[in-house]
Amino acid sequence: MAWLLAILETLLFIGGAPLLAGWIKWLKCHLQNRKAPSLLQPYRNLFKLFGKQPVIAQHASWLFDAAPYVVFAATVLAATIVPLIAVHLPASAMADVIVLVGFFALARFFLVLAGMDIGTAFGGMGSSREMTISSLAEPAMLMAVFTLAMSASTTNLSTAIDFILDNGLVLRPSFIFALVALAMVAVAENGRIPVDNPATHLELTMIHEAMILEYSGRWLALIEWAGQIRLMVYAVLIANIFFPWGIAETSHFEALAFGGLAIFLKLALLAVALAVSETVIAKMRVFRYQEYLGFAYLLSLLGMLSHIILEAGS
Amino acid sequence: MVIAQHTLFEQATVLMAALVVFASFLMLAQRRLFSLIHLFAAQGLLLAFTTALVAYILNYPHLYISALLTLALKGVLLPWMLRGLVIRLDMHREVDSPLYPSVVMAAAASLLLFSYYVALPIAHLSTLATKNTIAISLAVVLLGMLLMISRRQALAHVIGFMSIENGLFFAAVVSTYGMPMVIELGIAFDVLVAAVIFGVFFFHIHSSIDSLDVDRLNRLSEVEE
Repeated sequence: MAWLLAILETLLFIGGAPLLAGWIKWLKCHLQNRKAPSLLQPYRNLFKLFGKQPVIAQHASWLFDAAPYVVFAATVLAATIVPLIAVHLPASAMADVIVLVGFFALARFFLVLAGMDIGTAFGGMGSSREMTISSLAEPAMLMAVFTLAMSASTTNLSTAIDFILDNGLVLRPSFIFALVALAMVAVAENGRIPVDNPATHLELTMIHEAMILEYSGRWLALIEWAGQIRLMVYAVLIANIFFPWGIAETSHFEALAFGGLAIFLKLALLAVALAVSETVIAKMRVFRYQEYLGFAYLLSLLGMLSHIILEAGS
Repeated sequence: MVIAQHTLFEQATVLMAALVVFASFLMLAQRRLFSLIHLFAAQGLLLAFTTALVAYILNYPHLYISALLTLALKGVLLPWMLRGLVIRLDMHREVDSPLYPSVVMAAAASLLLFSYYVALPIAHLSTLATKNTIAISLAVVLLGMLLMISRRQALAHVIGFMSIENGLFFAAVVSTYGMPMVIELGIAFDVLVAAVIFGVFFFHIHSSIDSLDVDRLNRLSEVEE
């Protein structure tokens, strides 16, 4: 029963991710006075791409074929770890948040290799930038996660959420710093504005799109889907760790339905915040990424220090 | 967990302490003079809010007066004066960044740790709920000094100096729950007078070397070379 629920939750992740992406796009279009595509447009795009025959370059190696599957699989596995509508599912008990970071690193590693595989200039450029950003973002993310882990004395997400639910509303300075740091890292890792522009293929500053420029057909669909799932994983992570109220603690039907409704509303609100920030903020110069991510690292460091100084007591 | 045992208002005080030290960190990272002044104002507002919060928790009416005083002086009046100076000296486009920003930030983080280590014995002796905020206020003082050391603009020095005073005031509010009114008034007027005198000095420095970059003061000499 519990395993069934875990699989169902993962399927919800996979199926819901394009909807979240469509919702963000819809909001952004309306904020920028443009006519918005339908909320279901991402599904249609994926469907269309799956039906198309992929074209690959002559010099592509087996790695180029394999990378989309690895990326998709790693992202889906990452999604199984994060509690979406219920805690204490067997999948999230098996792995902790460091494994989650590891899955993302694995997916990114293969994407970067695939970007360099064909040997085009854009692919190599995108890959090198992606690695630069991730090498700066990962310490900040881990530091934010460790801040959380120090408060909850665990790196397991379900247990951490339990801990926060048990304590009720406690104003922890370290959590606020960690929240902001994690949000900044999520923006950088998902290639949103101000770090990367998800809406364009034409800029010289693009990162994610530069790596996948050579992909087409179902492989492109897999990579894009994986990107949407990754965005949703980060969003759920932020929503459920810092605002866990509403998540189902038992597997009764009412609790699960309420949990589903709660996470639906939380994600919708988070998407509004993302869309507003993307509309208000301009994209940064490439050479300022280090400042941006350095700031995220500083925030998570401050979070950890304020946990030690202010919260732990002596 | 220790923090979960406090009441919500005490938690809010601790949160304010974290935000005050965060404002100090932001000031260290800031390049533009205007943003620096705005951050200084934000720190003043946070201080005023903390004071009001402490006054509410302990039901000390006289702390409300000092909260109002802080709000008026550090949140509004001093930033407004400094802003006026920047506009009159025509410096609002000037950028003053430390030579090695990342080194300064690393130094700031280690200063925070250092002040925690130094304040640890005091925190052991104290019985107050907000005892660890002493470390925070010490850190704010040290970060103000770091701001003065790492900058070249005289205006940034003054803001560093004022933020040292912010740290001391914060220590007074959270560790001893405020100073006697006479001392507080005295300090407030001292700061006000200091701001006026600094303004006069700025005009003198500006008229003699045509800049507020204090590095240029080293080049002054009596004889023409």
